[in-house]
Amino acid sequence: MKFLHKILEKQKPMFEKGGKLEKFYYLFEAGETFLFSPPITAGKKGVQVRDAVDLKRMMMTVVIAMIPCLIWGIFNVGYQHHIAVGETTSFFSVDNLLFGARWVLPIVLVSYAAGGIVEAIFAVVRKHPINEGFLVTGMLIPLIVPPTIPLWQVALATVFGVLVGKEIFGGTGMNILNVAMTARAFLYFAYPSQISGEVWTQLADKTPVNGYSGATALAVAYESSTTDTSVISGLADTNSVLAAPFGGDFFSFQNMLIGGIPGSIGETSTLMALLGALILIATGVGSWKIIVSVFAGAFAMGTIFNLVGANTFMELPAEYHLVMGGLAFGAVFMATDPVSASQTETGKWIYGVLIGVLTVIIRVVNPAYPEGIMLAVLFMNVFAPLIDFYVVQANKKRRLARATV
Amino acid sequence: MSKIVKLKKGFDINLAGKAQKKIANTPPSETFAIKPTDFVGMKRPKLLVAEGDNVKAGTPVLYDKMQENVMICSPVSGEVVEVKRGAKRKLLEIKILADKEVEYEQFKTYNVSELKSLSREEATAQMTKGGVWANIIQRPYGIIAKEEDTPKSIFISAFDTHPLAADIAFTLKGDEEAFKTGIEVLKKFTEGPIHLNHDLNGEVSSVFANVEGIQHNKFSGPHPAGNVGVQIHHIDPIAKGDIVWTISPYGVAQIGKLFSKGIYDASRLVAIAGSEVKDPQYYKTYTGACVNKMVEGNLKQDHVRFISGNVLTGERVEKDGYLGFYSNLLSVLPEGDHSEFLGWLKPKKEVLSFHRAWGLFSFLNGKNKEYVLDTNTNGEVRAFVETGVFEKVTPMDIYPVYLLKAILAEDYDNMEALGIYEVIEEDLALCEYVDVSKHDVQQIVRDGLELMQNG
Repeated sequence: MKFLHKILEKQKPMFEKGGKLEKFYYLFEAGETFLFSPPITAGKKGVQVRDAVDLKRMMMTVVIAMIPCLIWGIFNVGYQHHIAVGETTSFFSVDNLLFGARWVLPIVLVSYAAGGIVEAIFAVVRKHPINEGFLVTGMLIPLIVPPTIPLWQVALATVFGVLVGKEIFGGTGMNILNVAMTARAFLYFAYPSQISGEVWTQLADKTPVNGYSGATALAVAYESSTTDTSVISGLADTNSVLAAPFGGDFFSFQNMLIGGIPGSIGETSTLMALLGALILIATGVGSWKIIVSVFAGAFAMGTIFNLVGANTFMELPAEYHLVMGGLAFGAVFMATDPVSASQTETGKWIYGVLIGVLTVIIRVVNPAYPEGIMLAVLFMNVFAPLIDFYVVQANKKRRLARATV
Repeated sequence: MSKIVKLKKGFDINLAGKAQKKIANTPPSETFAIKPTDFVGMKRPKLLVAEGDNVKAGTPVLYDKMQENVMICSPVSGEVVEVKRGAKRKLLEIKILADKEVEYEQFKTYNVSELKSLSREEATAQMTKGGVWANIIQRPYGIIAKEEDTPKSIFISAFDTHPLAADIAFTLKGDEEAFKTGIEVLKKFTEGPIHLNHDLNGEVSSVFANVEGIQHNKFSGPHPAGNVGVQIHHIDPIAKGDIVWTISPYGVAQIGKLFSKGIYDASRLVAIAGSEVKDPQYYKTYTGACVNKMVEGNLKQDHVRFISGNVLTGERVEKDGYLGFYSNLLSVLPEGDHSEFLGWLKPKKEVLSFHRAWGLFSFLNGKNKEYVLDTNTNGEVRAFVETGVFEKVTPMDIYPVYLLKAILAEDYDNMEALGIYEVIEEDLALCEYVDVSKHDVQQIVRDGLELMQNG
């Protein structure tokens, strides 16, 4: 490896000030520091030793935490396809893996490539180092889109998210909104027909079996409430012709918890999201306060709706809200984005609870947006600085009060 | 009225190479230096000696034009061999070649009853002339105290929780009476209490145990529990307009000796510690000693960094450099100017981390594991991203990131409201250590303090 490092070091003068490729210094730097940790030492004054952590490592931890969701998503895309077209298959079959990979991996690649190009252009033009934040964003975006999404839309949404969500504010650390959610919201409002309705199963031009419905659980729930049938029975009636991979009806609680249902690639399995949460909490990279409070807020709001009970959607047992749609994935990977979330520890509780509450309100009360978590996270991203403002203000008041005693 | 404060937040950096409690028999340092840069806030240092002059221990060498009475005195007797200047003729070092036997300038001595009737003016005059005034540090700002101020209280931390810190009680053995005398003198300066803060889990040394007429408090918890700034925050916090003085136990004893013996006694025990020292132990010398003799034949390798002070707040010095005025510790660490293939991804158990992000397994080692850390920054500077971490290592009711951002924005009102008066560099040094984004937190704090002073 020393040999490779020497070659790299030899190229360095070309990229440094006065060199031929001076403009591309930060690209070179990004590449070099990716391969070899830089030999920078502590300054003359101040701390002489630094913690072993850096931003690259922190971001990598989040990527690792998403891997269970990604792998599950790949199998599930294959599984949903095979049962929809009437082929029997076990969930973890090689067929499912290959089919899923065929459709999911291109989305991942396009997302990383599109976002990477924007990052690189900004690094060159704005003369700043490449933001490691994109390691995470590039993986998040594929996990929150349907498997049927056209690749050009993935590219466009990623560019929009990185550009408008982040770079125009100055890059990772300066953004107000969660980048991946910005990208998804862009898709949702710009190309609604590719991200709502029955787009959640990749049929690959085959005809689905009779009686198959590609709707998500949230859509079924909303439908049931308009016809005044119980949501549970509505869920039970949907796709009753299909075998549920993990027991019970197709949309049974356990099946939704484990994740054998249609949906965005990475969001279907609440269990895998929780596994990711476990990694984030154990490593301290994600705030457990936010994760717990989102779930708590959603459950509380679900319970309040149970008490109101104005329609059948409101009567849905509160725990169903936790396993339906993208709530779990959003709580674990979106709400915890440290930059766009509340930054004070007290603020994190308030921020999380409100995301949970808002998600359920949007789901139940506003039928135009069945997936509430996306808008709830974006909305609370905007409000996080306000929450922090009051928490910090309280700290200032404490300090003043102490002085006059 | 003594208080017990138990702190939870903070982090101990457990480094290998702690100094054994024994004193080395190596030859003493030959040269000593006074470095004007050691005195935070010294704006216009004026030299009182020239190359070739002979000085005694206690001869004034330097003063600040902004604070004309406060003399910085030679620690030893000998000849001024070099006045080293840097860019724009900035005064860097005044080097003094020491005599074999130290001769002292003689100041007035006081016996117990004379001390009782000593007036504040008289005490001030003796202390400023005798070179010991610079031991008194004023909060806010962490600068040398002003003679005309009356602090609301005086704080002394009797223990040091910094990595590899010298054992204060050990370094002051035999100075019991001097310490008591020093306290008696300090009482002239404040109507409020003098707080002497001890480690709750340690034994109170005989140096500090029988000091009367002051408030003894006890603190427990990880570093920075021993930082005087943290102690002030929990016992008598500083609001706008308040002035608190702080002084090290060594400084108190030095004041005591000036009054009881009439000399500026700059002799001190210095700990030589760190993973690259063969035999880490104490070394008897004077303030501002040259590094080279202290480590002669006592290093494991040559590619090392010498640090005057501890690894969190210290300053890099060369091998022929000098310890700082306030420093009782020489830390020696391996230099970290190396690259590592995929260094950001590799699992690491031998490198200490406060975090537990992917691959950082040092938390599995347990608390007693001693680490050999080098000076590599382990990453590059980035924008603030992670939240909530600085709070975990700052046992004060302060939001460090908000304070730092207020400083960067030069927002005076917010700096004040967020508690800038309560901190100096060392109080937020751990933030700099744990920072994922590798900011120079302490430099930012100092910039903020300077803004507040001048603004």
